[in-house]
Amino acid sequence: MSNITKAPPGYEGPGFFATKIDAVVGLARKNSLWPLPFATSCCGIEFMSTMASHYDLARFGSERLSFSPRQADLLMVMGTIAKKMGPVLRQVYEQMAEPRWVLSVGACASSGGIFDTYSVLQGIDRIIPVDVYVPGCPPRPEQILDGVMRIQELVASESIRRRDSAEYKELMASYGMQ
Amino acid sequence: MNNLSNVSVPADYLPMGIMFVIAIGFVLTVMVLTHLLGPKRKSQIKSDTFECGIEPQGNSRFPFSIKYFLIAILFVLFDVEVIFMYPWAVNFLDMGLYGFVEMLIFLSMFMLGFFYIVRKGALKWE
Repeated sequence: MSNITKAPPGYEGPGFFATKIDAVVGLARKNSLWPLPFATSCCGIEFMSTMASHYDLARFGSERLSFSPRQADLLMVMGTIAKKMGPVLRQVYEQMAEPRWVLSVGACASSGGIFDTYSVLQGIDRIIPVDVYVPGCPPRPEQILDGVMRIQELVASESIRRRDSAEYKELMASYGMQ
Repeated sequence: MNNLSNVSVPADYLPMGIMFVIAIGFVLTVMVLTHLLGPKRKSQIKSDTFECGIEPQGNSRFPFSIKYFLIAILFVLFDVEVIFMYPWAVNFLDMGLYGFVEMLIFLSMFMLGFFYIVRKGALKWE
């Protein structure tokens, strides 16, 4: 097994190992992210091949898709989000349990893409906070994997107190969420 | 001597009791810890029913026609009957006349039931 994760930095002695709880929790969360796919167009097709055997997101511990926001850790928004879809996306995000992360896949989700029109939301970060953006129209599965790995980096390095911090509450408040 | 060692006294079950206490204690500790450590966010929208992001309408607990239930349960019954016919069809030659007669008895019992529900009017929709 070459892809066993390394132990976080800590104090090691005969028969015991001590480290920060942040590091352990981060390690555990990072390698068992449950994504909630919010696929609305062609990026969703790329996501399907990302999940399939060739690219296999299971290598990153994310093979368990959650189609209920209650159990999901990572909201993957893939595709054009029309303004009418906006409130739906927002509701799904708000119903996710903390801690939660958002991956915006493709040009449309990130910025509206080529659809600079009256009906399309010009980037999902207008309604929900986004952690990582994946460029491309649509991005290749490698790029989606790269985005997931960036999310994993964020997850691993996040302090367990971050979600209770004033900055985070301010961020939520700026999106009009409690 | 030999007889005495076979006698079990209640004290012999002490290790099991300790194990149960440890097992229950571990589960409780972990549950309490996760509740204390995990971040939480509560809001009206969060605790709403999940309907794929669409606002829920009405109550899910409302009466609906018994006909749906009847048809569904009868469908399952006869669906399972067909499943039984697959292994029979595969082993048709091996089982020979004996299997054929057995299947005929089984099917005739089922058809008896079918006749019964038709006569009772269970399949009448209007």
